[in-house]
Amino acid sequence: MTLSTDRSPEHRQGTGSAAEPAGGMDASENEPAVGADLDAPLRFGITAEDYMLPARQQIQMVEPTGLLKATEAQGTQPGHEYQLPSTDVLLDAYRHLVVGRRVNDQNSALVRQGRMAVYPSSHGQEACQVAAALCLSKGDWLFPTYRDSVAVMTKGVDPVQTMTLFRGDWHGGYNPADHQVGIQCTPLTTQLLHAVGVAHAAKLRGEDTVVLAMCGDGATSEGDFHEALNFAAVFHLPVVFFVQNNQYAISVPLAQQSVAPSLAHKAVGYGMAGERVDGNDLVALMAVLDRAVALARGGSGPLLVEAHTYRMQAHTNADDATRYRQDSEVAEWLDKDPLKRMRTYLQAQGLLDDAAESRIAEEAEAVASQLRTGLGEDVPVDPQDLFRYVFSAPTTQLKEQAAMLADELARDAAPQETESAQ
Amino acid sequence: MTTITTSSEANGNVSAATARAAQQAAQKSQAGRAQPVTLAKSLNTALSDAMAADPSVLVFGEDVGLLGGVFRITDGLTAKFGDQRCFDTPLAESGIVGMAVGMAMNGMRPVVEMQFDAFAYPAFEQIVSHVAKMHNRTRGAIKLPIVIRVPYAGGIGGVEHHCDSSESYYAHTAGLKVYTPATVADGYRMLREAIASDDPVMFMEPKKLYWSKDQVDLEALRAGHEADGGASSEGTAAVARAGTDATLIAYGPSVPTALAAAAAAAEEGRSLEVIDIRSIVPFDDETVCASVRKTGRAVVIAEAHGFASVSSEIVARVQERCFHHLAAPVLRVTGFDIPYPAPKLEHYYLPGVDRILDAVDNLQWED
Ligand SMILES: Cc1ncc(C[n+]2csc(CCOP(=O)(O)OP(=O)(O)O)c2C)c(N)n1
Ligand SMILES: [Mg+2]
Repeated sequence: MTLSTDRSPEHRQGTGSAAEPAGGMDASENEPAVGADLDAPLRFGITAEDYMLPARQQIQMVEPTGLLKATEAQGTQPGHEYQLPSTDVLLDAYRHLVVGRRVNDQNSALVRQGRMAVYPSSHGQEACQVAAALCLSKGDWLFPTYRDSVAVMTKGVDPVQTMTLFRGDWHGGYNPADHQVGIQCTPLTTQLLHAVGVAHAAKLRGEDTVVLAMCGDGATSEGDFHEALNFAAVFHLPVVFFVQNNQYAISVPLAQQSVAPSLAHKAVGYGMAGERVDGNDLVALMAVLDRAVALARGGSGPLLVEAHTYRMQAHTNADDATRYRQDSEVAEWLDKDPLKRMRTYLQAQGLLDDAAESRIAEEAEAVASQLRTGLGEDVPVDPQDLFRYVFSAPTTQLKEQAAMLADELARDAAPQETESAQ
Repeated sequence: MTTITTSSEANGNVSAATARAAQQAAQKSQAGRAQPVTLAKSLNTALSDAMAADPSVLVFGEDVGLLGGVFRITDGLTAKFGDQRCFDTPLAESGIVGMAVGMAMNGMRPVVEMQFDAFAYPAFEQIVSHVAKMHNRTRGAIKLPIVIRVPYAGGIGGVEHHCDSSESYYAHTAGLKVYTPATVADGYRMLREAIASDDPVMFMEPKKLYWSKDQVDLEALRAGHEADGGASSEGTAAVARAGTDATLIAYGPSVPTALAAAAAAAEEGRSLEVIDIRSIVPFDDETVCASVRKTGRAVVIAEAHGFASVSSEIVARVQERCFHHLAAPVLRVTGFDIPYPAPKLEHYYLPGVDRILDAVDNLQWED
């Protein structure tokens, strides 16, 4: 069907009446919902449905073996064409990928040594982590989950500050406003609404901020996921929802969360565009997310990108994955490893020599060592901090409780002083 | 439990006329440009003035735009400030509050409306896990100046899910301020204070008082807010009526009932002081305890179920702080521990004048 052009952008803000039927449509064609982005399909010369529905196949540019696919085989179809990212972009992304893998493995070791309380590793998902941060420009916001430490660091947050949450001396180690990164969020999908709010505020001020909001496959069953997508679509906000489908929500496989054709298909129900991408193919991820960010920034409204990947390790160190999945399944995904694939691809293209490789390895080692030092330190905690930040100024009651704790601690310290004085 | 009578007539809701008379007696009638103003109007004026004063103040929720809210508290705001500053959202309370969190992180001061008390529950996770905790989690780096307005409590013959007293859930959550005005002037003053606050505020509006009127000078209130930004009154309880024999401690919808009880007691020769809590969090121990230490007797009145509630908290605090001044146990008159009753039964449930006076009679008077 062709879209009539008489439906102005105002129309989709819901200020007008319900959509009136456009002329020349036959009964089998459905009117796109009010709120749908009508400019993008027009620009691409495709129907609104074809714009919103993900491409028939997931977007993949580099095979698991590291071979660049023929353009026709990359999963693109009209309106879903993707540009191969530039060499500079890919080399920079690879550098972050190597660092990300090293960070994941370093942190898992620190957990085993008791230096961190817990670490939900993104081992195997580093391509998603890196792409989610690198597709954004300065000033754009990122809203991560507990699993997205590598994305947080890639966006510029200091590694040790990033891990403070898991070290156990405070709930978050960085100021979200410094790098436009929300605190890693644990209540599933609640952060997606914060992303919507940040984008909404920016839009009201006429800024061109884009917000990328992350969640997992299991989390797409939560109510806030749906509320966030709908709000972003209705208010036509520049939010890219990025779902890392790593196949499991702790022990529960995706088949028990959703029977939709894919998670990206959920986009169409809200009147936004969805796309599926190979989540272990950094080249494809950069291409798809870059385009999604550009579309969002250009005023096309929100988009939903689902990356197909795999959680190579247990949910966290406290989980036992052997209770719910086979080693053979994990082994299959070893062959699809994002790091190995990218390295082979770059080497085959003649873009990565041994010198570059060892420079990057050194950089990764430096970050790992920074983490070992930073998380190995015994950072003194101040018990009075408990009361300091509950409100912008402590209430009378909190002052009383702070004084009580201070008194308790003083009395604990006192007998030793008396003894040593004797 | 000696504080409860079963007289259906006695426990009826205090009539609006009685409440008004009591309030007006308590608030020495103001001279100047004072005129009859409803609580709804004072809240509406506060929103309008706050939006005019600060372009980052936004109002959104369900039916708050063209309709002006089901209680008309946002009436005219879209017309005056445009549909970017006062607008309707899709029907999703978690979405409304969650979006407000992001907006506040990004420089706005959102004032959101929950349509009714019990319909705020879908937003509970956002309120408890984010609104209340963001400031603490970020060591003060991120402040969330959000006001969540909740029309609450009963006494309007409302059906199920429209009459909950939900203040205890919020008061129990560290990091939320909880305000509830009981007079028209406080409606204006406290809503301006809430919007100006850098901390999130649950603003509980007693819906049965929306149409109650007081003689109020809105100009003077506006000038007062502009002069000190609410610094003088924020977070404080008020002596709604001075007395010497016992203290009635009430908040929100129960304040007019307590005032009516005090007026009735006065006719019988008993002088009751009435404290209007106004700010449940932070709690003004000083004003409450000063009164109880003076009178030596206290009854706490609240519409909410008594069990594990704001009223239990007040009794505990008074007992801890005023024990040696007390001539009798601190008693309570509260809603029963039952789901809010159907309209034809609510007058059995609501604290009424007679039930309060019975409780006062039980404060172990010597004579
Ligand atoms: C609202 C809520 N319910 C339950 C949990 C406990 N929980 C933490 S992670 C998780 C699984 C989430 O799976 P998914 O969204 O696929 O993300 P993944 O952990 O695989 O990255 C659960 C159930 C939670 N954090 N929040
Ligand atoms: Mg998962």
